[in-house]
Amino acid sequence: MNPFGYNSIQLQEKANDIRQDIVTSLLAAGSGHSAGPLGMADIFTALYFNVANVDGKNIDDANRDRIVLSSGHICPVLYVTMAHAGYFPRKELQTLRKFGSRLQGHPHRESLPGLETTSGPLGSGLSQGVGMAYALRMNRSRARVWVVGSDGEHDEGNTWEAVMFAGKHRLHNITYIIDRNNIQIDGFTEDIMPLEPLRDKYEAFNWHVEDINGHNMDAIVNALEEARAIQEKPTCIIANTIPGKGVEFMEDMPEWHGKPPTKEESRKALAELRTLRGKISHSEAS
Amino acid sequence: MSVSLELQPHLYDPKKIELAHIRDGFGHGLVKAADANDQIVALCADLTESTRMNYFQEKFPERYIEVGVAEQNLVTLASGMAAIGKIPFVASYATFSPGRNWEQIRTTICYNNRPVVIVGAHAGVSVGPDGATHQALEDIALMRVLPNMTVIVPCDMHQAYQATIAAASYGKPAYLRLARDKSPLITTEKTGFEIGKAQVLREGSDIVIISCGIVTHGALIAAEQLEKKHKISVGVVNMHTIKPLDEQLIVAIAKQARFLVTVEEHQVRGGLGSAVSECVTSTRPMPVLRLGIRDRFGESGNPTELLKHFELDADGIVAAVSQALTHV
Repeated sequence: MNPFGYNSIQLQEKANDIRQDIVTSLLAAGSGHSAGPLGMADIFTALYFNVANVDGKNIDDANRDRIVLSSGHICPVLYVTMAHAGYFPRKELQTLRKFGSRLQGHPHRESLPGLETTSGPLGSGLSQGVGMAYALRMNRSRARVWVVGSDGEHDEGNTWEAVMFAGKHRLHNITYIIDRNNIQIDGFTEDIMPLEPLRDKYEAFNWHVEDINGHNMDAIVNALEEARAIQEKPTCIIANTIPGKGVEFMEDMPEWHGKPPTKEESRKALAELRTLRGKISHSEAS
Repeated sequence: MSVSLELQPHLYDPKKIELAHIRDGFGHGLVKAADANDQIVALCADLTESTRMNYFQEKFPERYIEVGVAEQNLVTLASGMAAIGKIPFVASYATFSPGRNWEQIRTTICYNNRPVVIVGAHAGVSVGPDGATHQALEDIALMRVLPNMTVIVPCDMHQAYQATIAAASYGKPAYLRLARDKSPLITTEKTGFEIGKAQVLREGSDIVIISCGIVTHGALIAAEQLEKKHKISVGVVNMHTIKPLDEQLIVAIAKQARFLVTVEEHQVRGGLGSAVSECVTSTRPMPVLRLGIRDRFGESGNPTELLKHFELDADGIVAAVSQALTHV
């Protein structure tokens, strides 16, 4: 059971709050990635506040679902979501990337209780998640594994080794959510190393594939629930996202991959996000 | 230094020495450990029989996982399984694991601190005819620089058996290095084994040879010959754990010895010889004659002729130490 069980409107509002804290924590850090975390706020919110069986007050429960972040560089969205979900105090978000902080620049499991793994180097998160799913199945556990990864890390051979393994073993208790934002450090994914047809590739490896708008909360929750219902195959959710989502001047701008906002930019970003939040509430009332 | 270990009775008689596969010791040790602990799982990268994981596979098929020729997946899957409470042993040839998947071991096993045991089979030039691509000579160096990692190089089959059982309950990341060919038995089933505690195989105070792996028997024969030839006292220590290194014993030896000799089937840069040198440099500086592979790759041949060619057999050790005696 998810302790929150938020409805669609509550999830959208929470995702907006999370985006605001991503902006303020990156401003405080003075370095880090802006676009990726903002782009994945909706998906992390759906996992922690509705779909996944995880509880910040009971982090050692053997039957908890495992949320594994493979693309460690977008960890601000993971940290902020965890703080909102009660894993640690929100004020600690201001220590992101600083000396002595539990919020390391890339996630370190032993630094922060509640993290399921250590990540950053790309391409090895899916296989760790697959190992978890395999071991959980050996234990006859009903817990699920939700791995969040990037499109760019499909350049790594290790990703495809894990895709093959999960397909072979019909690991239905794992879901791989791909942040399909089409960019990587050196440019667009289809220029650097084309991934398309990505759906066909996963299907050829015996995965169930869903293609969704990664910012439509109903679509996200439905896709995650559908993954739970698929019994014979692992599920891959290709979540089409907009890097920087919610802050117009960051959206789809490659230069926002690896830098934080300045004070002035963060003020502008927060104003924009607050306006958006008002619109969510308005739509609820109507 | 005193010898209180039970060792093979005819260590110095070439006609009575028994040969056995180190990897058999691992294979049977894994079954023994898995009998006692149902959380132990084994993963292999398409080398089940030659790494001797087949014994485990036959007895515990439900706990055996064939990964295919995918060493990066091998160790990262294991990290994930360890996260759920399993104790994974992962096996391949040492050139591929930890050779190919070093970063995954670094991040997902060491930095992540998961108790995975990496078994690097077919290490050293004694792999033989397969040639240099398959003769790992850098694996000790690769593993011993990693925080949280333990590095174990058993000297014979019995020790590999005991080291495997010890690693299974150690609760930390570990690397276990194995050789391909049969090698002389030095220890017995009763010798005992403790991770991090080196074993004095032969007392001697003028020169002490510190060795690991299958070349250890040659070190014993060499010590005997050196004593006769030069009328000096030569000891032999089996440094089966390279990390954590038994610094206490090395410092004790260094107080008496004229110089130390290290012998390993590995590059002289970065392995046992480097570890021992680092230890004496910061405690009791003294000369260390490092015998091993001198900054080159191996080649095809039979194991005996390769060990001879690289001067890692008893004759090679005697010659190198005799030479050093003239100027150290």
